[in-house]
Amino acid sequence: MSFIRIYGLFLRHFYLITRSFPRILDLIYWPSIQITLWGFISNFFASHTTYYNNAVGVILTCAILYDFLFRTSIGFNMLFLEEIWSRNFTNLFIAPIKIGEIIISLISTALIRALIGLVPAILLTSPLFGISILDLGIHLFFLFLSLYLFGITLGILVSAGLLRFGPSFENIAWSTMFLLAPFGCIYYPIEILPDFFKTIAYILPLVYIFEEARNILINNSVNFENILNAFYLNGVYLIIAISLFYYSFSKARKKGTLINIGE
Amino acid sequence: MKNLVEVKNLKKNYGLKEAVKNISFSIKENEILGLLGPNGSGKTTTIGMLLGLLKPTNGEILIDGKKIEDNRIETLEKINFISPYIELPKKLTVKQNLIVYCKLYNVSNIKKRIEYLVEKLKLEDLLNSVTGELSSGQKNRASLAKALINNPSVLFLDEPTASLDPEIGDYVRSFLESYKKEKKISILLASHNMNEVTRLCKKVLMMKDGIIIDEGVPEELIKKHGRKNLEEVFLKLSRN
Repeated sequence: MSFIRIYGLFLRHFYLITRSFPRILDLIYWPSIQITLWGFISNFFASHTTYYNNAVGVILTCAILYDFLFRTSIGFNMLFLEEIWSRNFTNLFIAPIKIGEIIISLISTALIRALIGLVPAILLTSPLFGISILDLGIHLFFLFLSLYLFGITLGILVSAGLLRFGPSFENIAWSTMFLLAPFGCIYYPIEILPDFFKTIAYILPLVYIFEEARNILINNSVNFENILNAFYLNGVYLIIAISLFYYSFSKARKKGTLINIGE
Repeated sequence: MKNLVEVKNLKKNYGLKEAVKNISFSIKENEILGLLGPNGSGKTTTIGMLLGLLKPTNGEILIDGKKIEDNRIETLEKINFISPYIELPKKLTVKQNLIVYCKLYNVSNIKKRIEYLVEKLKLEDLLNSVTGELSSGQKNRASLAKALINNPSVLFLDEPTASLDPEIGDYVRSFLESYKKEKKISILLASHNMNEVTRLCKKVLMMKDGIIIDEGVPEELIKKHGRKNLEEVFLKLSRN
């Protein structure tokens, strides 16, 4: 056994980590996010044991809604990354396809991908747990639409980062959703968050979507203000994301990332 | 013969580094222009700008009389590219890949175009094969079919026969010669294979450190520099 060879292989991975800020960030925030998220969840259930009459139903419904968001966002990123992994990136960007056409095509495909995963999950919850997400009624459509818009917004933002910074941005692609999860108030109400976190949560559409989902299930009433707030914020973030994608494309053409990323 | 590609005072800086320094050249209709130079001489950057993947710092590129920066989509419809460093999606069959690229290039009669390319490139047996499972030579033919899918007026080739065995390399060269003769297209060929360049190109550009250090007909360059072949000319110019 050669310790020099062992050290050599260690160095190969160590250099990789130290040369990429996204990789270092990736190592730091995963544990932090997990602890923060589960800390809030535990905290909430410890102090509000009677809050949910139907805890399983609410949690599972929110889990399905969150998964739809996750699948939409990751789906968009996966489609973009697929072009990099298959070394087809250059072929795509020398084809006469407009940036807007690329975005619309990926948005549509991401929806189909998310639905393929979502439908079996919805069908499973009924026989296994006696719960149906359809209890949210017609408002479910607005919640899904809002989540879909936010999911693709995140997907576009991450893809813009991939265009600008290249494949080293890939790790961010996988973890955006987890980074936002503690602020999204998916499994607990916003009241549980510290004030600083609340400020961040209120500028995200997620908190309005999940608050409304819980409101419908627990109080059997609809607060349209939450739904509208989510749509307003989604509109703003979507416009920012699309603008940033165009900006990143222009920057990538100046910096040469489109050539490096494609080979 | 009109110029299908015109490059005027082209310059590209990456920060303080000047990758391409004020180069000008043109490619005529039905002409194959060779682009030679050692690694890091600016060939890839030049091709990147010609393909619209890179924004020039200065200068302009005209494809069929239109500036690529002002008419990106329109000019991309007229050009195509092949390189061993880029591939078609591996999990799709050859036929699926060709259909996808027919759609991206807005090819009007997809069935007819694919049939034509399949016959030209002898792809009959490969059409339903998964692209990732093809040999290098087979992948090269599939990539060539993609590169010709839009019936391009200008074809950019970056080391098109690298990684191919001599027989398949010869097949590709013969195919390019006959296709150019039939369609009268313009080709820019970047290659390190000097025999290939001597055989295919009527004119070559020699690049080094971002500038064109010499250009001309291969035979004339050989005579001018007092060498036996283009490879020796290349070595002389690269080492100076």
